[in-house]
Amino acid sequence: MHLFNNHGNSFPSLLFLLKIATRGHALLKKKSDALTVQFRQILKKIVSSKESMGEIMKTSSFSLTEAKYVAGGNIKHVVLENVHTASLKVRSRQENVAGVKLPKFEYFTEGETKNDLTGLARGGQQVQQCRVAYVKAIEVLVELASLQTSFLTLDEAIKTTNRRVNALENVVKPRLENTISYIKGELDELEREDFFRLKKIQGYKKREIEKQLASAKEFEFAEKDSSQKGISRNSAHNLLSAGREKDEDIIF
Amino acid sequence: MANRNQIPTNNSALIAMIADEDTVVGFLLAGVGNVDLRRKTNYLIVDSKTTAKQVEDAFKEFTTREDIAVILISQYVANMIRFLVDSYSKPVPAILEIPSKDHPYDPAHDSILSRVKYLFSAESVASGKR
Repeated sequence: MHLFNNHGNSFPSLLFLLKIATRGHALLKKKSDALTVQFRQILKKIVSSKESMGEIMKTSSFSLTEAKYVAGGNIKHVVLENVHTASLKVRSRQENVAGVKLPKFEYFTEGETKNDLTGLARGGQQVQQCRVAYVKAIEVLVELASLQTSFLTLDEAIKTTNRRVNALENVVKPRLENTISYIKGELDELEREDFFRLKKIQGYKKREIEKQLASAKEFEFAEKDSSQKGISRNSAHNLLSAGREKDEDIIF
Repeated sequence: MANRNQIPTNNSALIAMIADEDTVVGFLLAGVGNVDLRRKTNYLIVDSKTTAKQVEDAFKEFTTREDIAVILISQYVANMIRFLVDSYSKPVPAILEIPSKDHPYDPAHDSILSRVKYLFSAESVASGKR
């Protein structure tokens, strides 16, 4: 679509603005639809993820109980002592979905997980299993966190887009259309006035001409008459012009 | 698109926890725990003696920290500060409600799912039907 005129710096015409508004409206509607589709998909994933999270947490919790049992219930102290820098962290990236930047979390391990559980006399295997279970839980949870943030961001984006669609549809376009039809109306009326004025003037002119013709004919008769009756031509003229002037006064 | 919702790309962020002892210990075992030089931790163990105010403070602290991207909170703890959790509207850090041993997961109270209750019909998860 040719958006720019070759003679820059002119005001965009109303019709042009209406065209853009209509186009923008259609595009934004499409965007809103695309985002809503994504939104529902994410929501479905969230619901199923949350359910599986419940399951995984149960399993991990179980595994911890086992480890506690085997290791003699001293686990928590040892673990708490051993906390230094986190070895399990997340990083976030941005993904572009239908024009909206959605965050995505990934978990990663950094450094060595402290395996210094020497305070525990036994149960190394159970503890290891427990650890594995919880790492798995983290995996699911991080995925869930990604989905959740995407969900919230999409929600905002959809609301904003819909706000714009509605604004275009209910405010901008009607205003433009009203202005355009008002102007058209005014122009039509001016045209009609012009036409009417033209007709009126034509009418006057016609009447002027007819009157002149009529008075010319009268003059002919008057001359013939005066020459027959012996009245001078001049007085005949005077008679006629006097009469005509009076008439002019009346009409104009 | 408006830039107010810019979520900064973070190369390295922590997972915070506000949960009961067992859950926290389990995650600490996995390596999630962090204690910095000022002895600030990224977790709060909630037991019967923890007050709602302490939970509130921890929540507020974790949500304002730049280096925390995810907060895991036991659902029954979240219920203690339900008003705070529900009015929290930032996408990051993400708030995840998790079940605990004594309190299995209840979708009816999840602050995220309750927001979209209107999207569901009769057979809905958010309505708590199982």
